[in-house]
Amino acid sequence: MSEKIIDKKDVEYVAQLAKLELSEEQKELYVKQFNDILTYFKKLNELDTREVSPTSQILHSNLTFHEDIPRPSLPQEKVMNLTNSRKDGYFKVPKTL
Amino acid sequence: MQDDIVIGLEIHVQLLTQTKLFCHCSTDYIDREPNTNTCPVCLGLPGCLPVLNKKAVELAVRTAIALNCHINTTNIFHRKNYFYPDLPKAYQISQYDLPLAGEGYLEILTGNQNEKVRIRINRAHMEEDAGKLVHIEENGRITGSLVDYNRSCIPLLEIVTEPDIHSSDEAIIFLQNLRSIVQYLGVCDGNLERGSMRCDANISIRDSKTHQLGTKTEVKNMNSFRAIKKALDYEIIRQRKMIEDGEKILQETRRWDEANNKTISMRTKEEAHDYRYFPEPDLLPLTIESSWIKEIEDNLPELPADRKKRFVKDFGLSEYNADRLVEVKSLGDYFEEAVGHYKNYEKLTNWILSELLGYLSEDSIDISSSPVSAERLTELLVLIDRNIISGKIAKTIFEKMYKTGQRAEELVQESGLTQISDKSEIDTVIEKVISQNYQSVQDYHSGKEKALNYLVGQVMRYTKGRAQPDLVLDLLKEKVNKLSN
Amino acid sequence: MQLNELKGIDYIRMVHEKELSVEQVILDIFSQIDKTDKIFKAYLRTNRDEALQEARVIDRKISNGEKIPPLAGLPVAVKDIICTEGIETNCASRILQGFIPPFNATVIRKIKDAGAIILGKTNMDEFGMGSSNENSAYQVTTNPWDITRVPGGSSGGSAVAVAADEALVALGTDTGGSVRLPASFCGVVGLKPTYGRVSRYGVIAYASSLDQVGVLTKSVQDAALMMNIICGYDEMDSTSAKVPVPDFLSACRDDISDLRFGVPGEYFKEGLNPEVKDAVLKAIDHISKLGGKVEEISLPSIEYALPAYYLIGMAEASSNLAKFDGVQYGLRIDDNDDLEDMYRKTRSSGFGPEVIRRIMLGTYALSSGYYDAYYLKAQKVRTVIKEDFDKVFKNIDIILCPASPVPAFKIGEKIDDPLTMYLTDTYTMPVNLAGLPGMSLNCGFTNEDNLPIGLQIISRAFEEENILRVGYNLERHYNQTLKIKRPKPPVG
Repeated sequence: MSEKIIDKKDVEYVAQLAKLELSEEQKELYVKQFNDILTYFKKLNELDTREVSPTSQILHSNLTFHEDIPRPSLPQEKVMNLTNSRKDGYFKVPKTL
Repeated sequence: MQDDIVIGLEIHVQLLTQTKLFCHCSTDYIDREPNTNTCPVCLGLPGCLPVLNKKAVELAVRTAIALNCHINTTNIFHRKNYFYPDLPKAYQISQYDLPLAGEGYLEILTGNQNEKVRIRINRAHMEEDAGKLVHIEENGRITGSLVDYNRSCIPLLEIVTEPDIHSSDEAIIFLQNLRSIVQYLGVCDGNLERGSMRCDANISIRDSKTHQLGTKTEVKNMNSFRAIKKALDYEIIRQRKMIEDGEKILQETRRWDEANNKTISMRTKEEAHDYRYFPEPDLLPLTIESSWIKEIEDNLPELPADRKKRFVKDFGLSEYNADRLVEVKSLGDYFEEAVGHYKNYEKLTNWILSELLGYLSEDSIDISSSPVSAERLTELLVLIDRNIISGKIAKTIFEKMYKTGQRAEELVQESGLTQISDKSEIDTVIEKVISQNYQSVQDYHSGKEKALNYLVGQVMRYTKGRAQPDLVLDLLKEKVNKLSN
Repeated sequence: MQLNELKGIDYIRMVHEKELSVEQVILDIFSQIDKTDKIFKAYLRTNRDEALQEARVIDRKISNGEKIPPLAGLPVAVKDIICTEGIETNCASRILQGFIPPFNATVIRKIKDAGAIILGKTNMDEFGMGSSNENSAYQVTTNPWDITRVPGGSSGGSAVAVAADEALVALGTDTGGSVRLPASFCGVVGLKPTYGRVSRYGVIAYASSLDQVGVLTKSVQDAALMMNIICGYDEMDSTSAKVPVPDFLSACRDDISDLRFGVPGEYFKEGLNPEVKDAVLKAIDHISKLGGKVEEISLPSIEYALPAYYLIGMAEASSNLAKFDGVQYGLRIDDNDDLEDMYRKTRSSGFGPEVIRRIMLGTYALSSGYYDAYYLKAQKVRTVIKEDFDKVFKNIDIILCPASPVPAFKIGEKIDDPLTMYLTDTYTMPVNLAGLPGMSLNCGFTNEDNLPIGLQIISRAFEEENILRVGYNLERHYNQTLKIKRPKPPVG
């Protein structure tokens, strides 16, 4: 049986953060599915990791750099060809509120 | 008493590298056609990956050392996640809880008594710049935006101070000092108007009785020192009034509206950003070897404070003048070039600070673009020293030099304004003047000193200002005194 | 034998010996694709004209006596998550519909420089999120061994292309098993190299700290051949390893008696299909017969790997997929003329349900107040899992286990319960958490349904040579003993 870890408000908050819009049915479905999945994820708490450091990077080497020498950029045309929403070399987007 | 004002600053400096922070695109993006300075990495295209610019790290470390900061020999990059069109990946690669540099400080001279005040630095970290958004206006309404990614991924160093600043003047002095330092370090050109150096401020008013900190507001969009001072002064007044009226100050972000001289709230609704910081998985931790830090430290360019000391010691300048000369690196550079050609340091300093700077500030250009080079200025000063022209005439010549780019000697010859130092020539004029102004001679003999000045003035008029003034005075005195006998 | 049935290594030999024309091979493959891909639906799009053109160029080079590039026109299918310049790359998602990359991924540049010919882009689970290939927005790829069953995911299209002779080799990506799992379901070789071996530049990111490009082939030698080309440090990828690339082909040689093998007890508990268990145990038995020293080992924290894997994967994915917002490329829905609306509408209609699920969960795991409990905790568990592997590898060189707890399941069987689907990755994803290399090799078939069963071979980091050697020796044995001589699926 799943714990009630999240509710509809949580789902709505997360959807807002992730710029997603959900129908009421989707929200209900996700509340159920997420509670199942998060309950399963809570299994991790069985492992004592107080003395363990996190692995953010599996490779143990030094960060490599790039030399400060410029290389040619993409021609504007190639960049503009990515989209139909463009004007005079710019990407065009709707207004921000 | 200004005790109640509490200001902290957040400054972003664009680092003077040749390439962007994570890709090989050039950093020379100003005035370029939109989206001509981009690649898959700085466009944030799917599949793109960042590779860190070594020079950017070097410049960041240089700055951290100059600001007396503790450098974290291992530091990591984090993703700061949010949506905005100028942020192509929808996250900014920045640093969070393990930044490049930790605590440091910058000492400034402030207040009427020129006391030394230590402004603490909280941290300094590297991050990438975003692109530029331009609003499309149709019939007075904003209908959309245009996005240019040329600026995306330009290297930035974010410097955050503790809230140790207690007046708008102090903030300006701090920023001027900081700008000086980054210019001297070769780290940033410190141009607020062009945005290579940007400043946001956090300001609150502390309760003068309980000493409790007030709610702070963040102020953005201040694009010059003047704007910063005006914006901070405005906020101080606004907040003080609200406190007086018992109104609650909202924790919000406000933008400085230059056209209307006020700050305006930027938030239409209370929106807390949840940036979901997590370590950037596409970059390994950055390890800065202590040997590299030492190498950078040993090769640190001369800082403004040291240059000032040197100017006072080597050139006998006053503290005040030395201060003014070192404040902007290019100004000090100009002076140093000039002293290679000319040894009357005081005269040189005065001419640079009074004459040259006057013209330059009227045209709003930096001394590095001065139409009169250091060497050419010294040529003019030599002419004065050799009495070829008077100091007064020299000013006229200088104006012409500035406006036409011609050299001093050329202009003096053209103008026919060379100084008359020939005694007999001056004598002739003196004779003439005396003969026409016998009354003045008599007045002088009866004790009116001013009458002599009048006669000198007349000689100068006749010679169109060219007669060597001290010679005129001597000769005139001599002649007039002779006449009394 | 038809030319499209060739193994890569034989093809290259025959090209060098002028026994066949590259153009003819390409034509044969496309004729096979025309015949069977309407049933299997492995390809999202093909690159026919360009492929034929490139084939003719190589044929001309050969007849002129010019130097022949190492892959000699080898026909390769590429999973649609890898950027190919000028060829649409959409990760089987609507949100990237019409996206044509203006650049090649490093791995594509490398294979092209070596003379490979790209046949087309293969179907996959959207953005790599899935274990069955059913999460594609465009089409369902079927398993050539039984078209009512899934081919496995997320590199299902690539696995099917190789299994159905619609390509000689294929590229895929593996984040939690996405090369090894479909390889085992489709009876082909699937190799995931050590994290950092192959550049990720141009590989559209799902989970940055787990993703790795892998190869799907008909034989172990073909995998070695491809590894020689695709591996190597890339200055465009900060997470690529500065480790020398050996000649992997020379690892394909006899004798494994110097190697010590470990069999993790935890992989043989409940949930494992009895026929899979049987086939894998038989394979392990044969290893002993070949002289390998086999012992039982333990990976005590392995039961925590799955939640850690999904948390890390979803969190990183939620950030990696935030760039899909309609601004620069792909799908854009902006009829409301309001930016926020454009973001929401574009993303909500552009992403499939599994992708949305993972973005939501990943966002939640990273959000304020939950970071420590979920993401950070998962990263710590990841350290424990890695240490478990490091410990066993002190005494053994190779881990042997099943690639999947079950053989290919029916289409639609697990799609409605996300958690059940996630459990399919149980045996493969710990390898990604630890950054290790792993290969799936066909070691048998189920009795009734004749479905392929995959043996998983795992080594220490950067020791793919050992994996290839073990695989090569086993493969030779299977070529002689398995009822079906080589993976040749019946057409559905």
